[in-house]
Amino acid sequence: MNTTLEILTKFLYKTADDQLIIGHRNSEWTGIGPILEEDIAFSSIAQDKIGHAYSIYSILHEQLNQGIPDIIGFTRNENEFWSCQLVEHPIGEYDFSLVRHFLFDNAEFIRFNELSNCTYEPLAKLSNKIKGEIKYHVFHADSWMSQLANGTEESKNRIQIAINTLLPIAFSIFEPIENESELQTNFSITSELELQTKWFALISEKLNSWGYSLPINFDLTQHLGGRNGKHTPFLQPLIVEMTEVFRLDPEAKW
Amino acid sequence: MNILSLDPRVNRMELDENKNPYVENVVAKQENWHTYEVFHQKRKGMQHIHVGIVHAPSSELALSFAKEQYARRGETANLWVVKSTDIVASDYADTDIFSTTPEKTFREASGYKVMDKINAYKKSQKES
Repeated sequence: MNTTLEILTKFLYKTADDQLIIGHRNSEWTGIGPILEEDIAFSSIAQDKIGHAYSIYSILHEQLNQGIPDIIGFTRNENEFWSCQLVEHPIGEYDFSLVRHFLFDNAEFIRFNELSNCTYEPLAKLSNKIKGEIKYHVFHADSWMSQLANGTEESKNRIQIAINTLLPIAFSIFEPIENESELQTNFSITSELELQTKWFALISEKLNSWGYSLPINFDLTQHLGGRNGKHTPFLQPLIVEMTEVFRLDPEAKW
Repeated sequence: MNILSLDPRVNRMELDENKNPYVENVVAKQENWHTYEVFHQKRKGMQHIHVGIVHAPSSELALSFAKEQYARRGETANLWVVKSTDIVASDYADTDIFSTTPEKTFREASGYKVMDKINAYKKSQKES
């Protein structure tokens, strides 16, 4: 991986892959959400993520000579997905999915706000367009985190346990791709480290204000590898399920 | 577990199946969620129009749910949510206070006979 365009291609892939995998994961709640209103809201947010993945795959197709979105989304093997490990973990109980939604979407909010100022125009334009959707995703997640902090002892404990489990994994969002500094130089794309610093300050402030605590002394490195195709055993079954219909007839017109 | 209702909240309460949960008021006692009325504004400056309700444990989440239920298609400028219990309504038993209103046609625009005057004015403008 050498040229700037190759690095940009990988960057777009990993960004889109995060969207596709979290979108598919969260859609598993459709029909079994805790209450009707939440089922609708959470499903809609998951659908937005698939839409974001589609838009980024479209940039890859139209600008960077990659296959059409359906092909590049549905025909790669597990080790060719560059998504982070956070997004592939199973949905667990609702506390787990909510906390992941909170950690992921606050990162997304910062990321796409920054990307709307980058100099790679197709991406800046798209980021500007979807910023509002992500603002809503954060509003939804934050409202629940605050609500459950002030609910019962059980609700607060369950969220706290999920935070303790998920925070170390969430750092995988910011695992950089190789030579990412090229992207800063050529397209003013913010580095993962800078995003991570901003994100950690933001979520720490929010979690503290709701009365949650942050785990200390955890290993940030043990959940890395996703950006190089190294995944947990949870990803492959997800891909098999996600592509099930597509594989019946890859030539089908929809 | 016996399925008493399609609403999972009702099933979680392990109610006595011989009692109707709504008639016995058990749901209301154990339920800490509220009903919110949702008002939707299409464009800034237009009036907010009542579109329905959502159930939510807080006004913030009510807004969050209202956005997906009532503002997922078409244009939206703004949403209001109001706790249903904060709405003050007239009593249907007092509907007779409105009963003579339909007869007061003099309050309706159609009660005014103005076309003669308008036509006379137009005619005078032409002639002058």
